[in-house]
Amino acid sequence: SVNPDLASERQTASFSVEKLTAWLDGGAEYTRMRRAVVQAIESDPVFSTENQYFQSQNERYEAAVRKAVHLQKKMHEMGWTDNSPEFKYIYRAVSGDIAFLLHRIFMRSITVLGSDKQIAKWIPLATQYQLIGSYAQTELGHGTYLQGLETTAVFDITTQEFILNTPKISAMKWWPGDMGRSATHTVVFAQLYIHGKCYGVHPFIVQIRSLQDHSLCPGITAGDIGPKMSFEHADNGFLMLQNVRVPRENMLNKFCEVQPDGTYVRRGSQQINYFTMTTVRISLISDEVVMPLMKACTIAVRYSVVRRQSTLKPGEQEAKILDYQTQQEKLLPQVAAAYAFHFTNNYLQELYNRGYSEIQRKNFDMLPELHALSSGFKAIITQFCTSAVEICLRACGGHGYSLLSGLPSLYTKILASCIYEGENTILLLQTARFLIKCFKAAKAGQPIPPSVTYLAAVKLGKCPARNKLDFLSPHIYTEAYEHMAIRLISSTAAKLQDLIQSGIKKYDAWNQCTVQLAQAAKAHCHYITVKNFAETVEKLEPKAGIQTIMKHLCDLFALHGIFSNAGAFLHDGYISGAQMDMVTASYLDLLPVIRKDAVPLVDAFDFTDKNLNSALGSYDGQVYQRLYEWAQKSPTNKQVSPAYEKYLKPLLHNTLSKL
Amino acid sequence: EALVINDPDFQHEDLNFLSRSQRYEQAIRKSSLMVMKLREYGIADPEEIYWFKSFVHRGRPEPLDLHLGMFLPTLLTQATPEQQDRFFMPAWNLEIIGTYAQTEMGHGTHLRGLETTATYDPATQEFILNSPTVTSIKWWPGGLGKTSNHAIVLAQLYTQGQCKGLHAFIVPIRQLGTHEPLPGITVGDIGPKFGYDEMDNGYLKMDNFRIPRENMLMKYAQVEPDGTYVKPLSDKLTYGTMVFIRSLIVGDSARSLSRACTIAIRYSAVRHQSELKQGEPEPQILDYQTQQYKLFPLLATAYAFHFVGAYIKDTYHRISGDINEGDLSELPELHALTAGLKAFTSWTANAGIEECRMACGGHGYSRCSGIPDIYVTFTPSCTYEGENTVMMLQTARFLVKSYTQVSSGQRVTGMVSYLNDLSRQRIQPQHVAARTVTVRINDPVSLVDAYKARAARLVEAAAKNLQTELNHRRSKEDAWNRTSVDLVRASEAHCHYVIVKLFTAKLSEISNAAVRAVMTELCLLYALYGISKNAGDFLQAGILTDAQITQVNQHVKELLAIIRPNAVALVDSFDFHDVHLGSVLGRYDGNVYENMFEWAKKSPLNKTQVHESFHKHLKPMQAKL
Repeated sequence: SVNPDLASERQTASFSVEKLTAWLDGGAEYTRMRRAVVQAIESDPVFSTENQYFQSQNERYEAAVRKAVHLQKKMHEMGWTDNSPEFKYIYRAVSGDIAFLLHRIFMRSITVLGSDKQIAKWIPLATQYQLIGSYAQTELGHGTYLQGLETTAVFDITTQEFILNTPKISAMKWWPGDMGRSATHTVVFAQLYIHGKCYGVHPFIVQIRSLQDHSLCPGITAGDIGPKMSFEHADNGFLMLQNVRVPRENMLNKFCEVQPDGTYVRRGSQQINYFTMTTVRISLISDEVVMPLMKACTIAVRYSVVRRQSTLKPGEQEAKILDYQTQQEKLLPQVAAAYAFHFTNNYLQELYNRGYSEIQRKNFDMLPELHALSSGFKAIITQFCTSAVEICLRACGGHGYSLLSGLPSLYTKILASCIYEGENTILLLQTARFLIKCFKAAKAGQPIPPSVTYLAAVKLGKCPARNKLDFLSPHIYTEAYEHMAIRLISSTAAKLQDLIQSGIKKYDAWNQCTVQLAQAAKAHCHYITVKNFAETVEKLEPKAGIQTIMKHLCDLFALHGIFSNAGAFLHDGYISGAQMDMVTASYLDLLPVIRKDAVPLVDAFDFTDKNLNSALGSYDGQVYQRLYEWAQKSPTNKQVSPAYEKYLKPLLHNTLSKL
Repeated sequence: EALVINDPDFQHEDLNFLSRSQRYEQAIRKSSLMVMKLREYGIADPEEIYWFKSFVHRGRPEPLDLHLGMFLPTLLTQATPEQQDRFFMPAWNLEIIGTYAQTEMGHGTHLRGLETTATYDPATQEFILNSPTVTSIKWWPGGLGKTSNHAIVLAQLYTQGQCKGLHAFIVPIRQLGTHEPLPGITVGDIGPKFGYDEMDNGYLKMDNFRIPRENMLMKYAQVEPDGTYVKPLSDKLTYGTMVFIRSLIVGDSARSLSRACTIAIRYSAVRHQSELKQGEPEPQILDYQTQQYKLFPLLATAYAFHFVGAYIKDTYHRISGDINEGDLSELPELHALTAGLKAFTSWTANAGIEECRMACGGHGYSRCSGIPDIYVTFTPSCTYEGENTVMMLQTARFLVKSYTQVSSGQRVTGMVSYLNDLSRQRIQPQHVAARTVTVRINDPVSLVDAYKARAARLVEAAAKNLQTELNHRRSKEDAWNRTSVDLVRASEAHCHYVIVKLFTAKLSEISNAAVRAVMTELCLLYALYGISKNAGDFLQAGILTDAQITQVNQHVKELLAIIRPNAVALVDSFDFHDVHLGSVLGRYDGNVYENMFEWAKKSPLNKTQVHESFHKHLKPMQAKL
């Protein structure tokens, strides 16, 4: 039965949860499909995550391999393929706890970077799992800065082979997933040398383990890199190469080729390489970043209406902790952010699809904009969602620290997203470089991409709001964000200009402005997020019945941003001190309004209990019983601890000297 | 320190490669040894025990923490002489291992809500202990799950049909000799957590479990044989212990952040990446402004918190003499201040440790960096010993009370004395914000004034908002709740002011000129960075102008470059031994990459060349497809 404290929250919903869910999914038919996939996976015991929190790294790894193998069978059984619409829901259904994710990147890199001949040779083998692939780019000494990679591939004309080497310890490949124990092949990125001349980083297919007995191939040293903060299931690996020879045909050569005589040929645009990174960055936002935040919100909000603590009015029952203003102020902005970034993701997907079809038509004009936006958004969304998940964790008091709450695992996993696929600070600086360039172009009257046209229309003036209700108008707050973004971009551009004119070298000037540049990039992305949220709400049809609550969430997201970055809006007086008080008042007024719909808003994310895997966040709210039940299942309670006989007993009997 | 580090008995495999149950076993082994060695070396001074313990366990929790830190001290302070005779020596000799069972599944910081009952039965002169609901099960106490055979249990006392509130009882939970749970006792481990792997945090459920009347800790409150209840003299006494423990957390914030900074800054000097100037070798990442901007303010914060921790400890020792003589006058302020500072420093350090980890890029995420471990060990301090938001509101209560006193014409003293200035301004119609402070951004003393003005403004704003809510005829509690976000901001501003003030005051005590110079730079960085991050408060209150904020931002960046040459020396000064730091990235010798490889080779997944999963899953799949 559902805990009455949770049931009562659902009775007072101001909107239909089912309708909101369907809207989030992009239509009721997608909701049906998603539920069918989740049902098929969760009803299969092989995919159970029941004892996950009690398992060792070894056990987690084995389970991930078992699931990945079983998934092939399951997909066949269900008639799903990698290209069918069901595919994108599988990952959600297994909660990402599965091996061979790098196998897919291996395949994708061959499809994108390989010639037709190479695709024809390797893709069928990979599809049939005759080999297991990985993707070896990052090294001990270098990550986001690819040009710095130190692995070498020297072309040997006499044998028509490349000789791959790890010349020093910092050149060792480090971190690639699936490489520690599983992979038989990997795509190695190495500096290509022909006749002693370096041609930069290129991809090579290298076999690392025997297809017969899985032992390491000659010249290969590989293994697991040891325990991490999370990802226990993944065998992130290291790889050292000593005079490993691969045939000339193993260099992926759609864009560059080494001919038998050693001639180096370049074809097509180098820009396409950026496109792969853009694809990965955009694709991870939904599953790896926004979804974990939605889960964390679900757990924390449900728990906050079940947990009662202290009294709000003397003599009354203890209050639900979600009725405290401070608790609302912690959680509700995170719920709003989860929605905001869900819509940002839709916006990016749309932009990406448009860009992709342009590229198919050999038009690369959209690439810089797409690259800049995907970098900046990857950075701000991962950063924002990571701290949001941590806020949810700490809003659950002591029980949040129990692994059984599900929150520590969500947190340790999402926080890796701030680093992988490009370290966030570096990504923000890439976006900033694009913005500065566009700003200069706009000033010179040149055309600029659509997402930054606002830079051309520099408006001066003050925020026109006269009372706190004015701050509930999207155009008022959107303009405030726009103004702030322009101010930060233009002042940083001016500063750069000044430094350069004063005789400082360009690179030094850039480094001296990087703190401001990163802030400007963030401001731009924040502005686009708010603007996109407001436009999304505007487009909603009133009859759907969800417009009102979405408008509240949009207001909350926008005002929370102003409230938390007050200095940036007050600076230069666009918003006055008195107006800032209005923002605060409006912001705090929204909390109790959204509070009423808090549970329905997280219910709409539609996670099953198995998917949440949380003693605190389940749909029925039977928090304490579940916590007690699950704790009793802990292996520490089943086995007799050897510590008692060995150490405690002698200690208790004061016979330690015999140890 | 050398005593422990060179002792072969305390050596063991890297904890990162051990399972939870192995880590628990190692911790127990070392604790047992530690007790032996303490006796052997004749170490008895609490301070020395503390250091010895922290070296044995390298700053990590251990199952006897609660026995040594709570059970024994509680016996000393709350047990009668008769009870001390009965329990103290056996506990000292570890025949009795105890824990302190306060938190329940349903209640934590809000102690009055605890549900465990102790009902007095005059017929047998016993207390009957019960866990009447699921939520009343004791949950979280350290060492309760597997280690302890006794617990001090906090329960609602019922006698003669009346509830007399929370009291402490000594409850045996496991049979001496067999270590089996006693009849009526259900006890166990609460399962895996975010860190604290070596600690057996436990649960305890009691069903009509009887203990003799003499097992209630009766130094203050008493229950007489016939059931008559005798009230304690003062309830403020418990403040003393809380102040002490919270002061330890402030110190712990400083230490944990210092460790993370040491690792991140040393690694940033070893790691080379990308290019600043075309064609030149890759620079140390510590030369990038963004990296300095991440790390140096945290370094300054670590120093600031170090001084704050020392201040609270000193103040506590200074006034604990008065407390013993019954003079509690200074206690309320110190209690209010430590609550807020505990929250402020633990929140900041928590975020700072994460920032340090993130500044180490991908390798920070590996357990070999040591930072994940520092984080998971430290982060619960935002919750235990008083949930941080609740702590901030306690400080706010004191601030509002002081403000009200000032409004009614009384003067207040101590750290809140700046509120006295508000009454003088009452004559003027505009609020405190309008007061102009001439801030000199190169002068720490002047910056203290700026922080003071900000605190005054936010305390006043919160108090006024509270009054407005009350004027709308809301109940006191409701009005308080509707103002609580403002109140927390006021507390934060107050704590921030106190920290800047203490750091600044410390500068004049430094006799060595070179040390004073670098500390002054750090102090300025701490103060200016705080202004930059909270520019809204300073702008809105009119304490600083737009132009000054721009100068502040600029000066912060200049300080980064000034501090850069001393950065490694500043973390070396924290003087953490490599063994204590537990980090491959933060090694004193900087030989990072070779040692990462050595470390990884020991990973459990590398025990065999071909993992068993290959034979179990991979091979059959390849055969079938």
